Amino acid sequence: MSSIPSITAAVATPTRLEVLAQAITAALPGKLTAVASHTGELTYEVPANELLAVAQRLREAPELKFEMCMDVCGVDYLSHGHDEWNTETATSSGFSRGVARAAPRAGKVAPGRRFAVVYHLLSISLNQRLRLRVFCADDDAPMVDSVTDIWAAANWFEREAFDLFGILFKGHPDLRRLLTDYGFIGHPFRKDFPLSGNVEVRYDPEKGRVVYQPVTIDSRVLVPKVIRHDNRYDPALTNAPVHTTSIAKSDG
Amino acid sequence: MAEIRNYTMNFGPQHPAAHGVLRLVLELDGEVIQKADPHVGLLHRATEKLAESKPFNQSIGYMDRLDYVSMMCNEHAYVMAIEKLLGLEPPLRAQYIRVMFDEITRILNHLMWLGAHAIDIGAMTVFLYCFREREDLMDCYEAVSGTRMHATYYRPGGVYRDLPESMPQYPYSQWRSKKEVDRLNARRSGGLLDFIADFTKRFPANVDQYETLLTDNRIWKQRTVNIGVVNPERAMQLGFSGPMLRGSGVEWDLRKKQPYDVYDQLDFDIPVGSNGDCYDRYLVRVEELRQSNRIIEQCVAWLKANPGPVMIDDRKVRPPRREEMKGDMESLIHHFKLMTEGYCVPAGEVYAAVEAPKGELGVYLVSDGANKPYRLKVRPPGFAHLAALDEMVRGHMLADVVAVIGTQDIVFGEIDR
Repeated sequence: MSSIPSITAAVATPTRLEVLAQAITAALPGKLTAVASHTGELTYEVPANELLAVAQRLREAPELKFEMCMDVCGVDYLSHGHDEWNTETATSSGFSRGVARAAPRAGKVAPGRRFAVVYHLLSISLNQRLRLRVFCADDDAPMVDSVTDIWAAANWFEREAFDLFGILFKGHPDLRRLLTDYGFIGHPFRKDFPLSGNVEVRYDPEKGRVVYQPVTIDSRVLVPKVIRHDNRYDPALTNAPVHTTSIAKSDG
Repeated sequence: MAEIRNYTMNFGPQHPAAHGVLRLVLELDGEVIQKADPHVGLLHRATEKLAESKPFNQSIGYMDRLDYVSMMCNEHAYVMAIEKLLGLEPPLRAQYIRVMFDEITRILNHLMWLGAHAIDIGAMTVFLYCFREREDLMDCYEAVSGTRMHATYYRPGGVYRDLPESMPQYPYSQWRSKKEVDRLNARRSGGLLDFIADFTKRFPANVDQYETLLTDNRIWKQRTVNIGVVNPERAMQLGFSGPMLRGSGVEWDLRKKQPYDVYDQLDFDIPVGSNGDCYDRYLVRVEELRQSNRIIEQCVAWLKANPGPVMIDDRKVRPPRREEMKGDMESLIHHFKLMTEGYCVPAGEVYAAVEAPKGELGVYLVSDGANKPYRLKVRPPGFAHLAALDEMVRGHMLADVVAVIGTQDIVFGEIDR
């Protein structure tokens, strides 16, 4: 009964988060935009041109001390919030049999809101975490500054984000592909890259070697992506605390 | 005068000491490493992209296959992320079961690491001893989930089922004497908890056995002391976690500092090294074996005394029981919807981290309110460690590369994903 699981632990101690949020606002006035969260985590959006200054300050300010960068990852927001199966009209028309095999119902995102790089920071001395998100201004050649000079750990994580999303990191010492095959074409984790890939390999007995050829399988959707509105999770209808809303106001 | 050039050597991906599929391109000056360039990704399966195409629960099994020697810890991070988004709190008994299996997994992982590390740098016997104990723990996995490795046992909201009341028995056969079979089955006469309790009684003596072989062994110390030294500042800068960070003297363990499930109810210590070399990391991990054993003992005692549900009673997340389905329309609909479509998770993002045996395993989950994750990112501990390999082996001899790979506890399932 006295157990304090992680979820309620975050809820029970909002003061720590608020203290951190205030410290961040004080240390970096006007540079960050707080993002509301119902999971008890702090998320800030940083403009791409401020990233290095913000990161440096976050690592060095005595009340922040984020000396570790635990994770850097890319996110492609191309189809965020777009389902594959339209349920809204189903009441009058009935459900369709399945999902069109053509392109996914990729939505339109505002320019400069497609690719983001997300940083997860950890302060060991002060035991706190923080998430930063930087949107890349250019959707065709997304680019952000590399934080490898501030956190050496970002090196491979940035290489991975470059490999999988095609996000370029300005100032990275060694921006090569990391996970995909030698000579791979494309950035496989982008939402417009097919799950089945574009090429497959097989052994060609005539040529006596392994050859690349276009994939012979069709992309299929086994379970369509469905977005259902659920009143239980609606913050407007429940008393679920949304931590950073008050911070967002004070953030200016 | 003849021009002297460095020698470039290819190590792996099929070298037995490469722990799977590591390809290292080494630049050598004589036998001294000038530069090490790991080529990874030979085991890249795009787990994160696959997860984006499936309902949440269908990816639990993929998590097992990330770090395939610490299976349930990966599942734990994933289901914790979903639970945080859904706002679920699993029943206390489920939390104890998870913690118990996390620690069983830690022992499994450290035994695998110890055996492989020792065999890499020349000690054969330890490997055999470690696998003897691993066998019993694999049986625990099998008893609870039906599989010895890829359990798929944790669920958002609890665990798949309660611990079994009986253990499978060895049959009499021509391959084993009756006396041997009876000896093996004697431990299996009770339920799973009795079997684990019996294991925890035996295990400290086994750890002593490994230590007799290694801790004061002259060759072992020659191969590990002052090899791959990382100072604490550098370890933090490089994103180390787990025993790699603690070996350098940073007292940081998520189980203590950011406790999840019932770790704050349990009594255990965090071993910390001082020199940050391979030997200290060895000592840290061996001590963790003992501490995990302590945690398991406490969990077994609690679980024996406190029966109860192991899954939340939320029909929107948990499928109904088979028998309810037969007589109840509501249950049938719930079952159909959960099996065909899954549950929708409220929009938001979350980072859930557990102290996996290798370090901080984090799952960053972005949901847009759908029945599938919008973006799943696994933060594997070994990834940051392997990225630092170049720095750790520079100036060492070629043979020390093997010791450093061993001490990093590299598993490619999680690095390549």
